Amino acid sequence: MTADLLVERGWRQRTSAGAAQQARDIVPPVVAFVALIVLWEVLVRALNLKQFILPGPLAIAAAWQENLPVLVSAATYTLGEILAGLAIGVTAGIVVGAAAARFGAIRGSLLPFAIVANSVPIIAFAPIFNNWFGSDNQFSKAMIAAVLVFFPVMINTLRGLLNVDPAALELLRSYAAPERTVFRSLRVPNSLPFIFTALRVATTLATIGAIVSEYFAAPRGSLGQYIATQSAFLAFERSWAAIVFAAAIGIGLYLFVVALERVVSPWARVQTAGDQ
Amino acid sequence: MKAAARGGEVVRLEGVSMVFGAAGSGRQVEALRDIDLAVGRGEFVSLIGPSGCGKSTLLRIVGDLVSPTGGTATVNDKPARQARLDRDYGMVFQAPVLFDWRTVQKNVELPLEITGAPAGQRAAKAQAMLELVELAEFGGHRPWQLSGGMQQRVAIARALALDPAILLMDEPFGALDEMTRERMNLELHRIWGQTGTTVIFVTHSIPEAVFLSTRVVVMSARPGRISTIVPIDLPRDRSVETREMERYFKLVTEVREALRAPDGESPGERVEDLARVQAEGLSA
Repeated sequence: MTADLLVERGWRQRTSAGAAQQARDIVPPVVAFVALIVLWEVLVRALNLKQFILPGPLAIAAAWQENLPVLVSAATYTLGEILAGLAIGVTAGIVVGAAAARFGAIRGSLLPFAIVANSVPIIAFAPIFNNWFGSDNQFSKAMIAAVLVFFPVMINTLRGLLNVDPAALELLRSYAAPERTVFRSLRVPNSLPFIFTALRVATTLATIGAIVSEYFAAPRGSLGQYIATQSAFLAFERSWAAIVFAAAIGIGLYLFVVALERVVSPWARVQTAGDQ
Repeated sequence: MKAAARGGEVVRLEGVSMVFGAAGSGRQVEALRDIDLAVGRGEFVSLIGPSGCGKSTLLRIVGDLVSPTGGTATVNDKPARQARLDRDYGMVFQAPVLFDWRTVQKNVELPLEITGAPAGQRAAKAQAMLELVELAEFGGHRPWQLSGGMQQRVAIARALALDPAILLMDEPFGALDEMTRERMNLELHRIWGQTGTTVIFVTHSIPEAVFLSTRVVVMSARPGRISTIVPIDLPRDRSVETREMERYFKLVTEVREALRAPDGESPGERVEDLARVQAEGLSA
């Protein structure tokens, strides 16, 4: 009786039938990725492309292995900036977004500026931030990453807190629920999927912000400077090896956020993936 | 009227009117005009009428979700606002309005959390309410794992969690298919019988209104007002067989004809109509 009454959405992917389904989901992209790498290597050899135009995957792998200690230390340095930038930007975005949701005055006076500021190419400020906070430290890059991250997180927090089902508000009103209860039991859980959407974008933005800021001025032991310097020396296989690290950082942070969302708000994933 | 004499009045509306839109803007809409209605303790009163007759607005005035522009709404011998602040209401909407981040059990506990009931008491009461709507074994499920009819039963369990003096239902089964709807009508009738709560029920369905109610309030539109009140003199305990009774069909026809009455009825006719229906109700 329960089986046919239950609408089994979502959970299925994670339970019994899940393993086989997961394998079927994973195999095609892995095959495509390997095929692409092989094609790349074959084309580079067949067309006899010069190393400074496009190094082949094998050359990149060799450079990667050769320079591993330097790359690991540079990636660690830059990862520190990205994580600091994320921490500052996400915290500030959530705090300001929540304040704007709670107080109409803040919303009215700040939101127009926030929308305008969101359209500004913030990365253009990198040299200025380097000047303000010092180009030889991690803080100037963390701040660029933080500012990049701030706006999407702030706006999505605000949206998630305000964009609640009017019927749910009426329900709580019919119980004469105090505003504090409405905030805690309706607005905050409602905002989590919005905030996680912003966090996924934020990981990418913070990675871009930190590395591009390092292009302008940074210690040699940073990922951005490493890419810029090796490119200047036409050692492009080394630049590519560093880019593999940068990509790994971006993808790793993204997956971490996805995993965190599954733990914190599992209902949201089911809803967006479901048929409703 | 008998119910009113037995247990007193739960709701009294006097001269209630509702005009939407700013005064003098030229775009005012008169949603309700001069509504008088008394609902006795333990009654089941349905509001039925064409779209735009203001039946949902009337329900929301009783529940103090909107304030009328004229007249007074008294609930449990106090203004509707005070009744809301005293948590005298249970509300059920057309959508179940369950929180996806809570289990079914925790959804039913929500009103008890708001009143600050201790955890143990909350759990026990929610479990009892889920038993009442026959969903006791689904407490640990998430709302989206249940069918539409089951979700609406959870909403009813939640609405009853505070033992409200009055249950306000705004087309609760409007989104359900006909078969589920008939089953839900039986369920609701049983729950009403078991709890003895007073119900005001907004619906579009004539059979549903007749089957469930002790009285059916027929409304007309532009402006919304009560055109007729049809007392339902079926036996108090209703079942599947009730829908096959001759008296049931007669009452369905009576409500249908009342709904078909022209919109431009004069107030005089309306009073006569009311008198006739009341006389019929007393003689039956």
